[in-house]
Amino acid sequence: MDLALAPETLARWQFGITTVYHFLFVPLTISLAALTAGLQTAWVRTGKEKYLRATKFWGKLFLINIAMGVVTGIVQEFQFGMNWSDYSRFVGDVFGAPLAFEALIAFFFESTFIGLWIFGWDRLPKKIHLACIWMVSIGTLLSAYFILAANSWMQHPVGYRINEEKGRAELTDFWLVLTQNTTLNQVFHSFSAAFLTGGAFMVGIAAFHLMRKKHIPVMRTSLRLGLVTLAVGGLFTAISGDTLGKVMYEQQPMKMAAAEALWDGEEPAPFSVFAYGDVDKGHNEVALEIPGLLSFLAHSDFESYVPGINDTNEALQEKFGPGDYKPIVPVAYWGFRWMIGFGMASFSLGLLGLWLTRKKFLLPAAHRTGEDEVPHLMLLKKPLGSRLTRLYWLLALWTMAFPLIANAWGWIFTEMGRQPWVVYGVMRTEDAVSPGVSTAEVITSMSVFTLLYAVLAVIEVRLLAKYVKAGPPELSESDLNPPTKLGGDVRDADKPMAFSY
Amino acid sequence: MELHDVWFVLIAVLWTGYFFLEGFDFGVGILTRLLARDRAEKRVLINTIGPVWDGNEVWLLTAGGATFAAFPEWYATLFSGFYLPLLVILICLIIRGVAFEYRAKRPEESWQRNWETAIFWTSLIPAFLWGVAFGNIVRGVKIDAEFEYVGSLWDLLNPYALLGGLVTLTLFTFHGTVFTALKTVGEIRERARRLARRVGLVTAVLASAFLLWTQADKGDGTSLIALAVAVAALVAALLANRAGREGWAFALSGITIVAAVAMLFLTLFPNVMPSTLDADWSLTVTNASSSPYTLKIMTWLAVIATPVVLLYQGWTYWVFRKRIGTQHIADPVH
Repeated sequence: MDLALAPETLARWQFGITTVYHFLFVPLTISLAALTAGLQTAWVRTGKEKYLRATKFWGKLFLINIAMGVVTGIVQEFQFGMNWSDYSRFVGDVFGAPLAFEALIAFFFESTFIGLWIFGWDRLPKKIHLACIWMVSIGTLLSAYFILAANSWMQHPVGYRINEEKGRAELTDFWLVLTQNTTLNQVFHSFSAAFLTGGAFMVGIAAFHLMRKKHIPVMRTSLRLGLVTLAVGGLFTAISGDTLGKVMYEQQPMKMAAAEALWDGEEPAPFSVFAYGDVDKGHNEVALEIPGLLSFLAHSDFESYVPGINDTNEALQEKFGPGDYKPIVPVAYWGFRWMIGFGMASFSLGLLGLWLTRKKFLLPAAHRTGEDEVPHLMLLKKPLGSRLTRLYWLLALWTMAFPLIANAWGWIFTEMGRQPWVVYGVMRTEDAVSPGVSTAEVITSMSVFTLLYAVLAVIEVRLLAKYVKAGPPELSESDLNPPTKLGGDVRDADKPMAFSY
Repeated sequence: MELHDVWFVLIAVLWTGYFFLEGFDFGVGILTRLLARDRAEKRVLINTIGPVWDGNEVWLLTAGGATFAAFPEWYATLFSGFYLPLLVILICLIIRGVAFEYRAKRPEESWQRNWETAIFWTSLIPAFLWGVAFGNIVRGVKIDAEFEYVGSLWDLLNPYALLGGLVTLTLFTFHGTVFTALKTVGEIRERARRLARRVGLVTAVLASAFLLWTQADKGDGTSLIALAVAVAALVAALLANRAGREGWAFALSGITIVAAVAMLFLTLFPNVMPSTLDADWSLTVTNASSSPYTLKIMTWLAVIATPVVLLYQGWTYWVFRKRIGTQHIADPVH
């Protein structure tokens, strides 16, 4: 059979497509839930209408987004069994537990409280309604935590033993699976990246309105919140990326050597800025490097030895027997760079924006602006001219999807960099696929998912654009007079619901 | 009772919860064509399940996740074996979820009509296919010594399983009809009760046939009791509906679902997926289950989390306990 049609190749493509697609919605869901909750808290505490309008505006975008996150998540729960049945048989004892925890704790939390939040504006007292969105936010974080613990076990299996008689891995220490350093670093990194993503999204949309001088009070607040989220999220993404990288140098040296296209070990090892080479020959033909930096990234000093792809491959052959233990090097190398490049580009834009829109404490009094004015972008002592100002707003708008690209490449790098293993050092991907599922079946499902997801993407983006353009809604009387009783006040039994499908 | 037996019961509970809850929201989805006379009534129907359908669906995800953790072999055989039917169910659930959330997000009539069509079909198809799936699980399928499903798609479409599909389809529709009578106000409520009589009768005939077939094939004393409870509850639900006792009718149609699912699981035990090729190749609670350690952790999770889930999900139903009529539906959101 043609190699391109090997069963695991197709199953991997399907998993890649459905998972990368699912993960377009996940980070936005995580961050927008928390940001919406924050804005609603500000409304409840201060009573300022701009916060309620902001809550409704961002809340709506959040809902359009989470709807897609939820439905594409269903596929994730089932495709381990559908396409990876031998994987499921082998690791279910370990891997199933965090998934069950995720469903029973996090999914119920999210889905129940989101229903309460969507329909609860005229059914729940203000503070209880606010508590619901916080519950949703906690649900999204817990959900991410459990699934990242499961993924971390695939990256670095711990707390298990192999039961030879049953031919499977069995859990021996669940707590270790939940708290090993791979899990903690991945959680730290993914959460930060989620807020980087949400921050960039908020900044881009706020910039769009401020550029047109519309909805200024709400968008001014949103811009500020978005910039802070973007900068803090970006900073933590960088820090956690560094710590996660160091963990990976210990746990999966091959992945990190491939990330640098470092074919042979070096002491000290350079960081590659650009490389072009022949994978078959096993070396680079063109390489632009920063000396010593890779040693620092791996081990926090500029001298130490970092093993290369060829050395690591030999070491793995000695340990696991003959074979090729290299991932696809260009994918790992460029995936790693695109992840960092796109993520840090957004981060820089956030830092710049934070400086340009700085407040009182560094800003001469003459340039401070009121609540209903577009803030001046202040590079030094004078505001930027209208062209440069417009350029910043446009940059913010056009780059708001950068973190999504970074996230996708981050996962592609993480997962493809682990190949040929599905569970590092324990199970190979080729042994994980469902033996009973035919090529035709996988082609069918992959085509259907791809087509459906493409159609839904168009629908979703157009819907988002519509609500972004519409701006924050006007507030109605019932918005400003939330009920005081659970289930709603009995003012008028025939009054229309505040929200209905 | 060993832990894997406990988990057999818990998996049964999760599926029961799923069919009880999503059963009526599938039913309501089907009623958007069967009962609603105009767009306003369609919206009334959709909004009776608006705040809760998502939470209901999580029972399925939890059943899936818990099966993965507690019975990895069962999870692997079932989902890879029933690949294409499951794919169809997944596609339906994806479209259905988006349909609920997006339908009212644009004012254009064509947009809304398309999503309404989607809600109908994506409620109807899974309601049928779950019955087919469970019919096959109970009946047994071609499983080899490696626990791989070796039958074809057509093997799954046998008369017994197809009858099972019709039973879940009609039973969920009936359940949705009595739910609608309980949750709406005005003319639609009366029509829901009238429709419930007819749907209930069809359900009673199909369900009795299916459950008796099951009993004749695989039944014993306890399954006979469950069968009797299911049929009695269904008849009682019809009577309660006729008497205008909507709360009772809904509770009793729920009991019908609980008893019917219980009967299927009773006839299944101690198998979880019998093989029709060789009894030794059947997946059982012992050869398909996880290690005692994993089951212990999972049991702690279930003991602590399930009551909490039931509590706050129950609270949601209480918060949205008011009946809905056309007067409660505002103009579409823009």
